Amino acid sequence: MTTTDYERNMVLSSVDYKVVGTRPIRPDGADKVTGRALYGADFDTSGLLHGHVLRSPHAHARIKSIDTSKAEALQGVLAVVTSKDLPHEADESDATKYSRDNMLASDKVLYKGHAIAAVAASNPHVAEEAVGLIEIEYEILPSVMTAPNGMKADAPILLENLRTEELGEKTDKVSNVAQHFQHVKGDIDVGFADADVVVEREYNTVTVHQGYIEPHAATALWNNDGRLHIWCSTQGSFAARDALAGILAIPVSQIRVTPLEIGGGFGGKIPVYVEPIAALLSKKSGHAVKVVMSRADVFESTGPTSGSNIRIKVGAKNDGKITALQGYLAFEAGGYPGSPVGAGAICIFAAYDVDNVLIDGYDVVVNKPKSAPYRAPGAPNAAFACEQAIDELAGKLGMDPIDLRLKNAAVEGTRRPDGPAFPRIGCIEVLEAMKSHPHYSAPLGPNQGRGVAIGYWFNIGFQSSVNINVNSDGTISLIEGSTDIGGTRASISMQAAEVLGIPMEDVRPSIVDTDSIGFTGVTGGSRTTYATGWVAYEAAQDVARQMVERAAAIWDVEADGIELKDGVFQSKTDPELKMTFKELAGQIEGGGTVVGRASMNTGGLGAGGGSFAGNIVDVEVDPDTGKTLVTRMTAIQDAGKAIHPSYVEGQMQGGSVQGIGWALNEEYYMREDGSMANTSLLDYRMPTSLDIPMIDTVIVEVASSDHPYGVRGVGEANIVPPTPAIANAVHNATGNRMANLPINSIAIMEAKWKKQGS
Amino acid sequence: MATVFIPSLMQGLTEGKHRVEIEGATVRQIINNLDTAFPGMKERLMDEGEIKPNISVAVDGEVTTLGMLEKVGEVSEVHFLPAIGGGAL
Amino acid sequence: MPAKTYVQTIINGEHVDFLCEPRQSLLECLRDVIGLTGTKEGCNDGNCGACTVSMDGRIVTSCLVLGVEAEGKEITTIEGIANGSELHQVQQSFLENAALQCGICTPGFIVSSVALLEQIPHPSEHQIRFWLANNLCRCTGYDKIVRAVQDAATKM
Repeated sequence: MTTTDYERNMVLSSVDYKVVGTRPIRPDGADKVTGRALYGADFDTSGLLHGHVLRSPHAHARIKSIDTSKAEALQGVLAVVTSKDLPHEADESDATKYSRDNMLASDKVLYKGHAIAAVAASNPHVAEEAVGLIEIEYEILPSVMTAPNGMKADAPILLENLRTEELGEKTDKVSNVAQHFQHVKGDIDVGFADADVVVEREYNTVTVHQGYIEPHAATALWNNDGRLHIWCSTQGSFAARDALAGILAIPVSQIRVTPLEIGGGFGGKIPVYVEPIAALLSKKSGHAVKVVMSRADVFESTGPTSGSNIRIKVGAKNDGKITALQGYLAFEAGGYPGSPVGAGAICIFAAYDVDNVLIDGYDVVVNKPKSAPYRAPGAPNAAFACEQAIDELAGKLGMDPIDLRLKNAAVEGTRRPDGPAFPRIGCIEVLEAMKSHPHYSAPLGPNQGRGVAIGYWFNIGFQSSVNINVNSDGTISLIEGSTDIGGTRASISMQAAEVLGIPMEDVRPSIVDTDSIGFTGVTGGSRTTYATGWVAYEAAQDVARQMVERAAAIWDVEADGIELKDGVFQSKTDPELKMTFKELAGQIEGGGTVVGRASMNTGGLGAGGGSFAGNIVDVEVDPDTGKTLVTRMTAIQDAGKAIHPSYVEGQMQGGSVQGIGWALNEEYYMREDGSMANTSLLDYRMPTSLDIPMIDTVIVEVASSDHPYGVRGVGEANIVPPTPAIANAVHNATGNRMANLPINSIAIMEAKWKKQGS
Repeated sequence: MATVFIPSLMQGLTEGKHRVEIEGATVRQIINNLDTAFPGMKERLMDEGEIKPNISVAVDGEVTTLGMLEKVGEVSEVHFLPAIGGGAL
Repeated sequence: MPAKTYVQTIINGEHVDFLCEPRQSLLECLRDVIGLTGTKEGCNDGNCGACTVSMDGRIVTSCLVLGVEAEGKEITTIEGIANGSELHQVQQSFLENAALQCGICTPGFIVSSVALLEQIPHPSEHQIRFWLANNLCRCTGYDKIVRAVQDAATKM
């Protein structure tokens, strides 16, 4: 589908629905604009105590002794816990040990901020005082902070039990490399021999944080009947429940997680941090305990995303056909294995149909907090490298950068280097939308440069459950388990409303706890509107089937002679027999309430085919100071079908601005001793409203091959292209290739001076 | 017959073949039949009756969470990939 | 434990008195002592604006104001923006323009925006961005927030 005309925030689609595609006010709107919505730290309950956590001051150290006696003696302190309060079975697997040690360190601390002990007291200030009275003896060890350094033969070893998994096989090698894998397609030696032009470059990115405004918060009550109840801000109440069951060695049936409203997550609130600590404090004290992180805790103790070292080599013929692509990705996993290098390796060359590809990926532990997902984890790092190499290649070939991408674009059937072939995707459509957008041909002023890039995220499906109760006034109560970070109460409700022909305002969505709905996967992976929405669609179909049965009973006809069309139940043969959903709902109570339900696994990793996103960005670089201003940015993304276009635009704008921060300012500024120097929101500089222009959006709609409305998840792919698009823009403005992030004024001036030879 | 893609490190067991045609309606059946045709494959892919934790199975382009139970169609493609961790999964 | 001070204020038009320790911030007093949890903590050092309230007509980050400093002051929090059951135009514009995603920064933005429009009834885009620069949002990228304020300005 080619696209030609654009308005700001335009949606391009060929199918008109009644509810899907409109922009109603979100159901939780009144609560959110009046301050009534309850987030993690707002929760209160009878007899609540407050927890405070002691965190390691050292980046790498052995714990020799812990003395909590003075803390326990302080007036107002009701419990103190350490790793000794966690279970540690004799046959504890490495993975389980790592997950427990990350909650409360046992023998070693692996990063500054690593939790070691916690105190529950009647007053948060007393708890903080008590933490100061805990005495710990450390044997400080040398630390390692980057993947390349972690991979060196003489690097200090973080985990004594860790053995490198080399190309699928467990070895005996003791190192900080947890895993080395490869993806091979064709033969890159042949491909490079065939190339007329080759670009080869090394890139580095540094640690950045998701930057959600709400710090982690959870309240736990370990009750006298042995049941544990958690109220928390989480991206997945079932994921939290499962994590707690594993860490605390109790069955999931004993745990109930009630999700509260969540103030941002971007992947960072999928793991648990304060929940197990609050649970242990509650068990020991016999009271409910709330633990809330400080902003410094958030930076130092929760998973940021990986810093990385990436090398790209690309070869092409003079006409622009790429003959070989090679990628080397070494990612910082933090203190325990599990960086997103695997996901980065899937996405890095996804936009290109190339016969010869080799990708090597390395997962390396370093003395930083264990990495956690951050919006398309791994892919922005990969794209920062690949999309600049492609840009450089376009320059060498004298080709337009979008034309070069179009010439090599992945299409349905293109086989990715990691193996699977793409189903229907919108890569070309996004590129064409970029090329024909007025932004692409707008004039530029002095010291300005324009850059483009494209990115991919595979999206996930997984399991969701939805129940729908029909109320006699024609409204429906929709019960679901997907915490709402970005407006998904609306997009899920709209899909059910569309099926039944009712307005979204007649849907009452509730997000409930783990006892009250079937298993539901995380709000993450760009799955919520896609998967939970799909399941809501199915639950609504179940309602429709039952309503048809009721209509049949009321009209005394056969059910298969009745259809639901445009919100009206009508007989296929007698046009006089018809009722709206509302009218029929008013008549069902005699026969018992109608409850529709569905629970589905909507597919795995790659469900729906994933989403491509692109950016066109203009920057102005001050030649004397290196300060870079983003003067114009356009975000283009394939949403499959935008259920609520305002919230799709919101995702695109949000991801673009996180990308601007990532490109120009954000970094964990590490000192020599492995501590982070900038643990405040002043110095960890995220974009403010003054730094950013309006972000124009174009929603491309190439329907996914499976979802009933063609939805593709959109939450993540939009953060993938901004960093390389900005780097390409800076290159066009200054003539210098910025191969390291962040591209701040220091980096720009240093590149300028280096070129001048001073 | 489903098409099964053999990871490069296991191609020694399949006489260097990169893709093979195997019968099976579920991943379990595919692996069993794969092992009958090329002895030793099951041991490389499975551990104590389950797919090894460091291996993911993708059927028709999607990595499945159902493991052995995932259905395989008449013309499906099956890939064995390194499992990825640390994503928003 | 330090002795508590008795503080008298007017909050959202009502006389409110409370006891607090000298070390407690106004933010802590609002949330934990008085029970008004609409004002949020994001950083506790004045850099995110989630705790913005209006004090004697001036917007402040309540995490940097001590509870005892509120003595005799008139404070407006997010809970006092709506007029009974009727939303303020700024609140309505935020909803209509989808200017919130997770909503944690929204109370701070609304208090700041209401104050802005009282000072500058027809602000330019630059003036809006400048005034709101101390309110951080990580979800929206600010575009729809700015549009919501522009929209509210045309309707007030």
